[in-house]
Amino acid sequence: MTTEAILKKTPLYEQHVALKARMVPFGGWEMPVQYEGILAEYQHTRRAVTVFDISHMGEFLIEGDCVNSGLDRIFTMSLVDMPIRTAKYGMMLNEHGGTIDDCLVFRILENKWFIVVNGATASKDAHHIQRHINETAQFHDATFEIGKIDIQGPLSRDIMKKLIPDIVNLDYFAFDYFDLLGKNVLVSRTGYTGELGYEIFYPWQDTAILWDELLKFENVKPAGLGARDILRLEAGYSLYGHELSEDITPLEAGLSRFVDFNKEFIGKKALLKQKQEGLNQKLVGLMSESRKSPREGQIIYSQTQKEIGRVSSGTFSPYLNKGIGVGFVVTQEWTLGQKIYFGSPENQVPAQVTGRAFYKQGSIKS
Amino acid sequence: MSDIEDQLLYTKDHEWVNIDGDTATIGISDYAQEQLGDITYIELPSESDDVEQFEQLASIESVKAASDIFSPMSGKIIETNSELESNPGIINKSCYEKGWIARIEISDPDEKNNLMTAEEYREFLISSG
Repeated sequence: MTTEAILKKTPLYEQHVALKARMVPFGGWEMPVQYEGILAEYQHTRRAVTVFDISHMGEFLIEGDCVNSGLDRIFTMSLVDMPIRTAKYGMMLNEHGGTIDDCLVFRILENKWFIVVNGATASKDAHHIQRHINETAQFHDATFEIGKIDIQGPLSRDIMKKLIPDIVNLDYFAFDYFDLLGKNVLVSRTGYTGELGYEIFYPWQDTAILWDELLKFENVKPAGLGARDILRLEAGYSLYGHELSEDITPLEAGLSRFVDFNKEFIGKKALLKQKQEGLNQKLVGLMSESRKSPREGQIIYSQTQKEIGRVSSGTFSPYLNKGIGVGFVVTQEWTLGQKIYFGSPENQVPAQVTGRAFYKQGSIKS
Repeated sequence: MSDIEDQLLYTKDHEWVNIDGDTATIGISDYAQEQLGDITYIELPSESDDVEQFEQLASIESVKAASDIFSPMSGKIIETNSELESNPGIINKSCYEKGWIARIEISDPDEKNNLMTAEEYREFLISSG
């Protein structure tokens, strides 16, 4: 009972209870894992449109020149070349190249930045950023001032344009400020599902009003973290704590395209060394030959029964009608298409090594 | 409250059994399917295998978890519901009828004394919260 007492509640907690959601602890927050059912919510996101409560994410506002303040050095991607009103994905690393967090950086103005980080790591991230920026920058933690609703699915634009007619002009990974139910708020065309979608950053105390209004539209249903996990795994997105951690570098996680070696950043030296020496392990996709699904922590075996890795995330893929997952595998021990096994010594399930994205047919860029 | 069928017997692991002469049909209860959520995979036993009471009969996976199904009674497996292999979600929709898992030829009818009646199972669910 004591653990429940310290769980944080989002501004939509009452809404979830009223919708009879099953609530679970997630990264220190009490979050909805499902409403009517994980597969139904998954299907509705792929075919129509759903809303997710993502208010547990951390949000920081930073004002300052990104180079002079030291801000740019904190991230693996370059902030310098970002056009205003665009977002960029990347990582913050420790000196050993391990990942402190993955995040989205938004450039609001030439010298004004909005950073969205994982809920479970938000206070660690805030501390890290504040430690590495100098007095020329102002840091503000807005986590408890901003609620966040993701609206995702092929019909999400049709719903959003009823509330914000200008939303139709927003490109993938762009954002802007729009009037939405009387509030001027940041809306970005980003997401975590592989479908067309938007992330809405709304004043904390008014987020429930927006949630209720969105659910009044025909075709809009709520979706929980259970559906979100299947959607992100099919789309090939990493989840911090599974595919990324302080002991995993972006190179091992297969995220080198989000690392810009033409700039300086914390952890660069370690990554260059790792690049030169070669990786010991790398994240790969696993596709089961059956509906039996890989599960986090299971062992990955070569065809010769040699232990070659561990599953970091796994699920049943409704899109492929098969079990899918991702796992870290010893670099020399695999090639794409190779037959492998996952499971335990007693129960090894046949599968194939694949890329990490299983679902590429989505409406994401439509 | 989960649906409980009056004519069946139940285990603490939430399997049900329907005894008809020397044949028993086995499945999982409504409570079990609710707890599991959407079922995505089932590994059925081999027909003509022997199974002991409360030993593993099948394994099942849902979008949330993997777990084992135990046999409510001892016997020889005479039939399995092979339709579940391609469509295990039938268990979510009809756990007491179309979602049956296996039929066995009972080896010891007295074993039913180790099982709960519907009334006892209802109380068990309430007391286990």
